[in-house]
Amino acid sequence: MVLRHYWKLLPATSALLLTNLAMGQTPALMVKAPVGVVVKKGATVDVKLTATLNAGFHLNSHTPTEDYLIPLTLKWEGPLDVLDVVYPKPQMETYSFDPKPLSVLTGQFPLLTKFRAPATAPPGPVTLTGKVRYQACNNNSCFAPKNVPVTLTVQVLP
Amino acid sequence: MNTRGSLRTRLPIALVLLTMVVGVFWVMSRVSTERPVRRPPVKEVGKRQEAPDFALKDIDGKTVRLSDYRGKVILLDFWATWCGPCKMEIPWFMEFERKYKDRGFAVLGLSMDDDGWQSVKPFIQEFGMNYRVMIADERTGALYGGIDALPTAFLIDREGRVATEQVGVSSRRDFEDGIEALLEAPAGDKRAALN
Repeated sequence: MVLRHYWKLLPATSALLLTNLAMGQTPALMVKAPVGVVVKKGATVDVKLTATLNAGFHLNSHTPTEDYLIPLTLKWEGPLDVLDVVYPKPQMETYSFDPKPLSVLTGQFPLLTKFRAPATAPPGPVTLTGKVRYQACNNNSCFAPKNVPVTLTVQVLP
Repeated sequence: MNTRGSLRTRLPIALVLLTMVVGVFWVMSRVSTERPVRRPPVKEVGKRQEAPDFALKDIDGKTVRLSDYRGKVILLDFWATWCGPCKMEIPWFMEFERKYKDRGFAVLGLSMDDDGWQSVKPFIQEFGMNYRVMIADERTGALYGGIDALPTAFLIDREGRVATEQVGVSSRRDFEDGIEALLEAPAGDKRAALN
């Protein structure tokens, strides 16, 4: 009886182990867009994306400390005007490969965008396409820059 | 509910949780890139595979083939200007080039920068890199099994076979041990390769 219960949980244990194994090898940034965003035409709205980088990796902030480093960027295409993109405050971290602290982000962080709906925008849903570009490293190697696509739907009200 | 019954229910759960925690720590320790590993400096001759040839342009526009270097020990370094750990190794490689050049050794740098010479040329000048650098791409990386992480370096023996592969920053001593081992390899290596 006891053993039967124990073996039932083994698939979950294995899945967790495999997930950790896979996540430990290469960086992966997941970006989540909010749902139910509304804006009146001619008005502005702040939209917060939530980005999560897997453990053991860091990525360069929007304002890296060295010219040669590739910064985090967020770019949008769509029918709303982008007034501002606010990047999170970076952490200054020192790694074994560089004696100077680097401006980086780890774990979960927000990416804020202020949009304005044009006064002439027709009411109804609009779709914006975003692209988060990042370049991540761990303590002894770096990985090629990647782009993460984001789709955001905004309801424009009259 | 009696204590014995409660134990019978909770003990397996505790065992599973303990297994998961131990397992996660074990897996993480296995994949950790910070774990110092001491290995023999180079693979046995019989286990080495032919290093794939390539033809790429250097900074002067000259075509460089790996096969042009047959008879020399080569340190083939996949790197990029945006890669901090790669920058740490470059001064070592410059010194190896100086130190071992006369003994039949050369460093070849293969940059994986998407914008090619636009980033790489000023970088070479700024660092005063003294070894040949070419612009590579994913196709070149695929020849070497796919280059996901930088730096990735290969030591290639005089017969054009891959003697070591190092993903991520290695120690300077590991590189030097490998280079020395390959430069000093006896002629018998050739016989072993044929076996």
